[in-house]
Amino acid sequence: MPHYPCQTCHISRAQILRPSTGTRLCAPCFTLAFETETAATITSSSLFHPGERIAIGASGGKDSTVLASVLQTLNTRYNWGLELVLLSIDEGIAGYRDHSLEAVKRNAEVLGLPLKILGYEELYGWSMDAVVAQVGRKGNCTYCGVFRRQALDRGAAVLGVRHVVTGHNADDVAETVVMNLLRGDLARLGRGTSLVTGTGGAEGGFASVKRSKPLMWAYEKEIVMYAHHKRLDYFSTECIYSPEAFRGSARTLIKNLERIRPESILDVVRSGIDMARLVPGAGGEGGSGSLRVEAIPRDAEDDTGGGCSGDNGEDAGGEMARVEETLRLNERAEEEGTETEIRLPAKAVNGQRHDRDGLHTGPPAAALPATVNGQNHDRHTHIPDIAVVPIRTKQEKKSGRKTAGDNLPPRQRLGQCERCGYLSSQAVCKACMLLEGLNKARPRTGIEVGGAGG
Amino acid sequence: MIDSIPIAVEFTRIQSKTHRDSPVASGGLELLFSNQRKHQVALPASNPEGTPSTVGYLVKWLCENLIKDPRKEMFVLDDSVRPGILVLINDADWELEGEEKYELQANDEIVFVSTLHGG
Ligand SMILES: [Zn+2]
Ligand SMILES: [Zn+2]
Repeated sequence: MPHYPCQTCHISRAQILRPSTGTRLCAPCFTLAFETETAATITSSSLFHPGERIAIGASGGKDSTVLASVLQTLNTRYNWGLELVLLSIDEGIAGYRDHSLEAVKRNAEVLGLPLKILGYEELYGWSMDAVVAQVGRKGNCTYCGVFRRQALDRGAAVLGVRHVVTGHNADDVAETVVMNLLRGDLARLGRGTSLVTGTGGAEGGFASVKRSKPLMWAYEKEIVMYAHHKRLDYFSTECIYSPEAFRGSARTLIKNLERIRPESILDVVRSGIDMARLVPGAGGEGGSGSLRVEAIPRDAEDDTGGGCSGDNGEDAGGEMARVEETLRLNERAEEEGTETEIRLPAKAVNGQRHDRDGLHTGPPAAALPATVNGQNHDRHTHIPDIAVVPIRTKQEKKSGRKTAGDNLPPRQRLGQCERCGYLSSQAVCKACMLLEGLNKARPRTGIEVGGAGG
Repeated sequence: MIDSIPIAVEFTRIQSKTHRDSPVASGGLELLFSNQRKHQVALPASNPEGTPSTVGYLVKWLCENLIKDPRKEMFVLDDSVRPGILVLINDADWELEGEEKYELQANDEIVFVSTLHGG
């Protein structure tokens, strides 16, 4: 079998077939391209400012390991002057994080970055083992998931850092787009596809910590390839036997799409951004061609990635309840007469039985144009190798912004949790509610770390 | 004529110079393969049809001979490698080498990398 030459250096043997472009590269040319593209995502959106302190949410898994390695490389290469710190969360389940925290410690050492490991105990006053002792095994996943969503923000606040970066990749974002479409949750669609999110909480508290995902345009495949060829050391924190059911099916769908046509993943991400743009107030900034990036609000129930045991995610138990809640909100919207129909391009949902069922109760949105960008099936032509950062051009200007503005749909009203200040659709956020329950039932011991913002 | 060819097979998520060969599990695909990451296998030199052995045949052979775990679907789906598992042939993406149709040579190194979540 003849080997292909690298299409960049034309010397070495190609080792990677890039999913975004179909380009064949050798390992060194690939890692350089990957780094350059991540740099482009960051600089084109002015994601960081010189001297900024950035906490990297580090789980010991591949995504955050690659993120830490790339950021450290770029920070040195381009003299960004960032102050990087690794931040790991320990749920406090005996034995559970041992391997992954060991991986994080090794990475901290190899990269020469400071590492801070914070436990639920320190952040909430309750380790998961203590929660289980109190509430039993049943339902403890809910606590774990709800606490996890705020853990990085709370941890960053403890470190006095205002900006947390996470390793979410393009596949994660595409999954989230599919999930939010199936749930009919257009408000969250914007937050899931946004490069930066904030909670809009009071300045200084953990609720004002900004979060971003610099790898949101990077294919999972390339992240794994990057880790492989750079010989990075990572551990998987997710049990491969128990992916969360709902995310699991979205994930399978995305992976199958990728098998048929690798560009699909970025197309789904771009479509998600385009759809989110049609929802007033939901943001949906991808940070690509635009000049500025606004942090769009994120609420206490937001997040992507991971199952119960993932490092930044959804709780398995709450998923169905949340779908129902969304449907309820949508029903209300319908009563108020603001419901409009979502029409997806028929091609995109072809053959996926559950898609239609999931969508017919969809919330307010304008009808989408029948063509989504990136219909080009020739993988070798349409995106130049280096410019992976998707550029939205004419379509954006033409799109139906005006209609969307005129037709203000009620979305989940995001106020702030009155206890901790975190953005929440309820007066008291889920984390504070769960904490209240726990603290009430606990025999008085004096110390109480509650939701008090800080 | 029970010709066989030696093939190095690895199931992994972890790659590091210092920890590559450590007994520490990586929490990955090797769970299906007696929790052992590296295997030296002697693969029959030809497919049942008499043609030279391919990666496609290797995958089938691994399922029949090496997987100790009943959950084979974590590795194969509809008779091919499960989407989300990357295959490297001598450290190159198997898509560059003809995927299942690649004809194995003695001492080839085949690596299966799971891309499942894990932040
Ligand atoms: Zn090259
Ligand atoms: Zn709260």
